[in-house]
Amino acid sequence: MSALESIKYICPELILLVSSLGILILGLFVKRPRLLGLLSILALAVSLFYLPRGNSMPVPLFSNLLLNDQFSVFFKEVILLVTSIAVLISMGCGKLPQEERGEYYFLLLFAAIAMMLAVSSNNLLMIYIAFEMISLISYILAGFLKYDRFSNEAGLKYFLFGTFATSIMLYGISFIYGLFGSIDLSVISAALAGGKVNNSAVLVSFILVFAGVGFKCALVPLHMWAPDTYEGAPTPVAAFISAGPKAVGFAILIRVFLNNFSPLFLHWAGLFTIISILTMTIGNIAAFSQPNIKRMLGYSSIAQAGYILIGFVAATTLGKTAVLFYLVVYSLMNLGAFGCIVLISRSIKSNSIKDYAGLYKKAPFAAAMLSIFLLSLAGLPPLGGFLGKFLLFSAALESKLILLAVVGGINSILALYYYLRVIKYMYLEEPKVAVISAGSLPLRIALIVTAAGILITGIWPYPFLNWVTSAVR
Amino acid sequence: MRIPILTAIIFTPFLGAVLVLFTPKAKIKLIKIIAFLSTIITLLLSIWLLVKFNFLNPAIQFEENFSWIAPFNIQYHLGVDGISAALVFLSGLLIFLAGIVSFKINIREKEYFFFYLLLAAGTLGIFLTLDLFLFYIFWELVLIPMFFLIGVWGGAKRAKAATKFIIYTIAGSIFMLLGIVTLYFTSNPHTFNILELVKSGPTLPLGLQLIIFICFYLGFAVKVPIFPFHAWLPDAHVEAPTPISMLLAGILLKMGAYGFFRISFPVLKDAAYYFALPLAILGAINIVYGAFAAMAQPDFKKMIAYSSISHMGFVVLGLSSMTLSGFNGALLEMFNHGVITAGMFLLAGMLYERAHTRDLNNFSGVGSRMPVYAGVLTLFSLASLGLPGLSGFVSEFLSLLGAFSAFKLLTVISILGLLIIAAYFLFMLQRVLLGPLNEKWVDIRDLNKRELLIILPLMALVIVIGVYPPVILKYQAAAVNALIISIGGRLF
Repeated sequence: MSALESIKYICPELILLVSSLGILILGLFVKRPRLLGLLSILALAVSLFYLPRGNSMPVPLFSNLLLNDQFSVFFKEVILLVTSIAVLISMGCGKLPQEERGEYYFLLLFAAIAMMLAVSSNNLLMIYIAFEMISLISYILAGFLKYDRFSNEAGLKYFLFGTFATSIMLYGISFIYGLFGSIDLSVISAALAGGKVNNSAVLVSFILVFAGVGFKCALVPLHMWAPDTYEGAPTPVAAFISAGPKAVGFAILIRVFLNNFSPLFLHWAGLFTIISILTMTIGNIAAFSQPNIKRMLGYSSIAQAGYILIGFVAATTLGKTAVLFYLVVYSLMNLGAFGCIVLISRSIKSNSIKDYAGLYKKAPFAAAMLSIFLLSLAGLPPLGGFLGKFLLFSAALESKLILLAVVGGINSILALYYYLRVIKYMYLEEPKVAVISAGSLPLRIALIVTAAGILITGIWPYPFLNWVTSAVR
Repeated sequence: MRIPILTAIIFTPFLGAVLVLFTPKAKIKLIKIIAFLSTIITLLLSIWLLVKFNFLNPAIQFEENFSWIAPFNIQYHLGVDGISAALVFLSGLLIFLAGIVSFKINIREKEYFFFYLLLAAGTLGIFLTLDLFLFYIFWELVLIPMFFLIGVWGGAKRAKAATKFIIYTIAGSIFMLLGIVTLYFTSNPHTFNILELVKSGPTLPLGLQLIIFICFYLGFAVKVPIFPFHAWLPDAHVEAPTPISMLLAGILLKMGAYGFFRISFPVLKDAAYYFALPLAILGAINIVYGAFAAMAQPDFKKMIAYSSISHMGFVVLGLSSMTLSGFNGALLEMFNHGVITAGMFLLAGMLYERAHTRDLNNFSGVGSRMPVYAGVLTLFSLASLGLPGLSGFVSEFLSLLGAFSAFKLLTVISILGLLIIAAYFLFMLQRVLLGPLNEKWVDIRDLNKRELLIILPLMALVIVIGVYPPVILKYQAAAVNALIISIGGRLF
């Protein structure tokens, strides 16, 4: 397909590009941050509307650099949803400087474009470029609070780890080019299916590529940046980073390692099993004693990535369905939980779990919402998190990965303890000082949307399952 | 159109909970009215169910079946048979009575009744569902309300007790979930339908059955509780407010034992035979250990909590015997223990309200100041220690009768346990009611009419079942008979 014909498929990205630039410029003149936020949401909604749906067959674009298929459309929908909620949360965050809102929303929208490119790329170099784009924007966003030491640290740490990981990835890509003479995923997968390649060389180069992806998903041992970054970054940014780029990372994992390099997967399964076990166990154990809720959620999302990896190791249709379903639910839960933290920090000016004591009195709405999100993260029915975990464990048992299922189960017990600890403080303790501050409408909308999403995915998951299964088919 | 009575039973309290959620916090009276109405409607519905129930028919009745999550063949599947019918009535009754007792709660009423009604819906759901997935949902749905009910409205060490309760239960139920999923994948076509699994389960190889049985066992044993998974129970029972202790002991402990009746034994019968002896040993340990531990407790509620462990031992022992009388005894013991222990906790709560202490050694001669209370307490204690003519005797006798034909030595040990049970109950009565009057309790009030009215239905059940057991036994007889035949146990 010629480049000109391809353009109509990237219409949503173009819409976002134009409107993000517009918002950047508008931000110089318009001093009404809420208007800028609304415009961003409008742009995201329009882009969502113009997504090229309805192609049952994959369409290669721009000489097979990008691929438009159900899978990428699914992830683009998730990305647009995540970004919209992140914008809503940001609108309710008082800590972000008002006069720089234009830049901020521009960066968020641009990150959305980068993520949309990443999930549809069908070429290792394209993946690398999109990853770098996401990373660069994330570094800036994490360090967005210029005068806050923790925010600076968050940005810097993220940057150092990130460049390191992506350069390793680039190194791996160069190996792959040497082995296959191409960086086009379709060409590589055809060569692999032919079976005329040196397996060990391929494995080494793929491990290098995995470093970059594993960094985005914050998998052990590439997870070190996550807690510091989540703690230091502005809370809406932490919410965004923990949901968006992580989903993209898993999309790439599935596309590269399951959809294209499946002949080699048996060699991988062991490695990924170990990574999955380590990721959930280390994440959960570290989250146990965290005094800061943002840090705790940082470790908890590391652990959650470990659970998601279970479905990936299973590598069946059910496994992929479980991964995609859990990613949607996980994004909702994490965005919601971070949103609650924003709402709560408006009134108590603290992120220490101890200061959440008696929150049921001070901020009943936020406390109730946070409880729902935490219980869903813990995987209790009838919330979406439970169904997600149920699917993941089912996928593991279906593929006879009993070890993974049992370790996942034990980890859910561990995790429940620290999630409950927060709820215990909020509901079982009495408040020390009562400060009540006004909520924020956009933030409330974001919380209600995410909470409703979690309840619906848990109680009436039928439409969600259909949506997900159409993407993995 | 047929009225979906089972759905109505589950969703009446649920609807009540939703209504409470949308009632302003300050309208305490309205909240209490909603709670009262929804629990009494639930009770009436469960009585109606019992009336309409055809107890000669061992099959599932009032079945409701809709597809819920079609890709995984998960159904909204309800039904009631002889095994669950009486338990549904017991739940309805205790939820109603404990609901009235709950009116004494005077902090955070809105949250309390919201969680209370949610808990009610969850427990009823467990006894009525025939789909494993739904069963698990209800199973877990009970936990969160319980966590809050103990944690917010409980005694001094409530937070610790609530956390312990929930961690223990989840730790068990996660393995149950793995068992459920394994059952699903080993059935062909894949199904969560318990009735289908009962047909396909026995064809599984023994090794697999054993693994799945252990998975379910971990989930159920924590709830029963079977030694050594009982450590959460004394804490939770002691710290929980009175109405919640009533529900915990009266209904929640039955969930585990019910799981054995509904799932483990019919679906995995080879494994059940394989594990019969270990189960019987654990049952005997429960009886003797619980009884000794109860004897050592100075705290009234803790004593009842340990006596619960002891009594649940009879359920396990009866189950493991694989005989008709053993099963009948176990199932009836679940009902009787529910009635008696709920009554005991209620009485302990009434005493605590007056004296603000539960230390048994602090009381002396209270009987002379509270003659009515003394009479009621004596009645329940005698029922609990298995005096012939009261309900506890019938079921414990049947359990032991069944067990004797299978495990002679263990039964003898258990009967000795019965002796200890008698000892500590009499010891308790002696310390509280008899002896010279402790001057501190000169002004202690006797039961008022309202309190007497609350406990009256429980007393009536204790006496009626004791004198004429078929009043409850008849509901379960046919279904238990069919169950024994299907798993090939002895019709003795």
